[in-house]
Amino acid sequence: MSTPSNPSKRDRTNTDATVAKPSRRTFLKGSAATTAGLVIGFHVPFFNKQAMAQGINAAPVSPEVNAWVVVQPNDKVIIRIARSEMGQGSLTGLAQMVAEELECDWAKVSTEYPTPGQNLARQRVWGDFSTGGSRGIRGSQDNVRKGGAAARMMLVQAAADGWKVPVTECTVSKGVITHVPSKRTTTYGKVANAAGKLTPPTDVKFKDPKDWTLIGKRLARLDTVDKTTGKQVYGMDLKLPGMLNAAVKDAPVFGSKVKSVDDAAVLKRPGVKKVLRVGDTAVAVVADTWWRAKTALDALKIEWEDGHNAKASSASFAETLKAGLDAKDAVVGNSIGDAPAAIAGSARKIEAVYSYPHQNHVCMETMNATVKWTPDKCEVWVPTQNGEAALAATAEAAGLPPAKCEVYKIHLGGGFGRRGATDFIRQAVAIAKQMPGTPVKMIWSREEDMAQGRFHPVTQCKMVAGLDDKGEITGLTMRISGQSILAYVAPQNIREGKDPVVFQGLNPPGPEASIGYTFPTLLVDHAMRNPHVPAGFWRGVNLNQNTIYLESFLDEIAHATKQDPLALRRKLMSKHPKHLAVLNAVAEKIGYDKPAPAGVFRGLAQTMGFGSYVAACAEVSVSKDGVLKVHRIVAATDCGNAVNPQQIEAQVEGSFVYGLGAALYQECTVKDGRIEQTNFTDYPSLRLADMPKVETVIVASGGFWGGVGEPTIAVAAPAVLNAIFAATGKRIRDLPLKNHSLKA
Amino acid sequence: MPKLNVNGKMLDYDADEGTPLLWVLREQLGLTGTKYGCGVAQCGACTVHIDGVPVRSCVMPAAAMKATQKITTIEGLTPNGTHPIQKAWQALDVPQCGFCQSGMIMAATALIKDKPNPTDKDIDDAMTNICRCGTYNRVRAAIHVAAKEMAAAKTGAKPKKVAELGKSVLDIQHIDGSQA
Repeated sequence: MSTPSNPSKRDRTNTDATVAKPSRRTFLKGSAATTAGLVIGFHVPFFNKQAMAQGINAAPVSPEVNAWVVVQPNDKVIIRIARSEMGQGSLTGLAQMVAEELECDWAKVSTEYPTPGQNLARQRVWGDFSTGGSRGIRGSQDNVRKGGAAARMMLVQAAADGWKVPVTECTVSKGVITHVPSKRTTTYGKVANAAGKLTPPTDVKFKDPKDWTLIGKRLARLDTVDKTTGKQVYGMDLKLPGMLNAAVKDAPVFGSKVKSVDDAAVLKRPGVKKVLRVGDTAVAVVADTWWRAKTALDALKIEWEDGHNAKASSASFAETLKAGLDAKDAVVGNSIGDAPAAIAGSARKIEAVYSYPHQNHVCMETMNATVKWTPDKCEVWVPTQNGEAALAATAEAAGLPPAKCEVYKIHLGGGFGRRGATDFIRQAVAIAKQMPGTPVKMIWSREEDMAQGRFHPVTQCKMVAGLDDKGEITGLTMRISGQSILAYVAPQNIREGKDPVVFQGLNPPGPEASIGYTFPTLLVDHAMRNPHVPAGFWRGVNLNQNTIYLESFLDEIAHATKQDPLALRRKLMSKHPKHLAVLNAVAEKIGYDKPAPAGVFRGLAQTMGFGSYVAACAEVSVSKDGVLKVHRIVAATDCGNAVNPQQIEAQVEGSFVYGLGAALYQECTVKDGRIEQTNFTDYPSLRLADMPKVETVIVASGGFWGGVGEPTIAVAAPAVLNAIFAATGKRIRDLPLKNHSLKA
Repeated sequence: MPKLNVNGKMLDYDADEGTPLLWVLREQLGLTGTKYGCGVAQCGACTVHIDGVPVRSCVMPAAAMKATQKITTIEGLTPNGTHPIQKAWQALDVPQCGFCQSGMIMAATALIKDKPNPTDKDIDDAMTNICRCGTYNRVRAAIHVAAKEMAAAKTGAKPKKVAELGKSVLDIQHIDGSQA
């Protein structure tokens, strides 16, 4: 989840298009971006008269202090949030960070999204809108804290100017400014107007972390109440005057085309307005209601030109990937010494092959977008993880310059990386373009959502270790064969055949996704093999399978050399103190030095990615009949600075639902070139009854900002797989677990 | 014109034969708090009460509903989110993306009405709704918090504020005036 746009064959946004080119920027400078339009109710950021007319409340218009902060005369503070809220809680965390430096009253804070069009027009004053790679907090912390601090300085300066006193004689707390010598006070709301007219300060200093009063607090989320009453508006819930609804079906075999459509019967159905082509590959039905559009689409007779991809299957992919395990065309991700030679000269060698399947994100809210296209303007309302890529995709699909397009972000009903792609936005624009002047809401059925994923990449991995006569590791090789996400979403970022994202968690020492062990010799390389099924960023990305491969195999080595898995890891981790610290924290909390309860077995895993160090210990039991029960998970995260610990806990708990669901049940198989799974019936998700107790340990060692949405997913599966081995002696090397019997 | 008894009102609707209740609620009656997640009664995002019983409205034909059957959606549960289940949800910050939460809350309110002091097993059995963000542990905790609060209310105790509920469970800091 680290690239902003999606230029695959079906999805051709240039990544750089999210940053306006100079000519475009010059063209837009000073246009469109009136602040008045921005100050609107935060749940659905309309500033469209039609939308307001249907009862969406607009907040009173106040001038901004700066791009991040608006203070109303009643002292209510509106903080602008560039990143998308999809459940991960960074809307609240980011507001906390602005408010920390702003010194405002948290009880008076609300938030709103600026639009991608405004960002373009204002030289990207809000920075990157992209919300992926667990970067919501870590990628914004500098920007948003500066915004808050600068606004505070301007507000206090405005008060001092009004009193005609030196600013150094003024203090501020919770939005109340005091002139200390005279004890006069005023509030942010009273001076906001004047403050907005001041020249922004250039020298902005952050508070010392020891003085933080909001960062690090277990504050309640700002977006909870409406999510408990049904009032929260999601993209799927949007209603615009005169709006029609569309259902769409894209070619089930990726890369194939529509051959023919027989729409005669369907066009006679009540409420059906139009049957139309969406590019070469898809067909849509537009009707008054979505249910009518969907049922008409189901009844439509469509013939497809399936092409050569229709011969592909999961089995054919597996053959291709298997050949890659010994192929010569690999690129190196990490290397120390000559590992193959060291292994060849070793007393003993152990080897294992692992694999990881395709998986769908299955956001609870299926893909959707609402578009109104006219020859002069294209407006899109969409739950997106990447507002700027959405704007670029809109402009391209609409055939209009970005200045004539706008994207209004809506809270997401799940993202997990899927909504960083823009394929569905292009579809919705292409549909609306054929219905000029009419807003059209396109919603994917669950079946369409399953068929048209941007799937977790499929890979295999051959692990080989050399051991000397004392059982010490002499070398480790790790050959990954399989899909590159960047090859599908951002091929321009592949340099000399290398997709660097492939090596998440296996990189040399450094601040991002580094391996936590030191081996005498090491070779990690990748043979790229790209099936026609489109890969995408899937929560946890490549850290998921890489951690399974390495952490499972380390347990295999521990078993082969009769070492305790924790002791072996500790021995290899002496030069990786941050990795080791979270592993130790987990061992302490689970009580590793004492035996697990009778019949319960433990498994460990650790990794580093998305800027954070994580580890987990799983306690499981397996009945004689082979029924697995995950009882308890202890998970530790060192994300440097912990902005909102209770939300970090929520993310860690949730990551085990995502990671365990994937490990236990989820696999998208391909037959005749198309995805076989259609719904939750054949693609199960973890449910409440399966859910273990999760105990989160936050190791906030300070000094850096790490992500929390994704990293702990990667330790979920390997911790459980290692515990299953401890319980049964069965080493599971391919997922999901439902394909295996754990029966004694 | 056929009628539905929804949230205490008799409402007219006009839909083709076989249209699920979910889509009548969402597209004709404007009650979009009830969500579409799967269309095959798997995920529970569409859960509503019919005469107090939780039902997956995505597979229930609207035409099968009699005007005497009382349908309650999330919008009709309480006027302003003050059911003890809703308050416990707010106290524990249960929702993440929130999309499944209307259905979760409808399932939980039906459960707690049926079993005022549900065991973990009762919760496992009743709460089969799918949440992809992974709010399950907080869902379980919030149901227990709400049960305790409802038991206290029966003894005449004054209802607790959201900020006081579940304080010891997760120690979330609710600031008066926020979320306004």
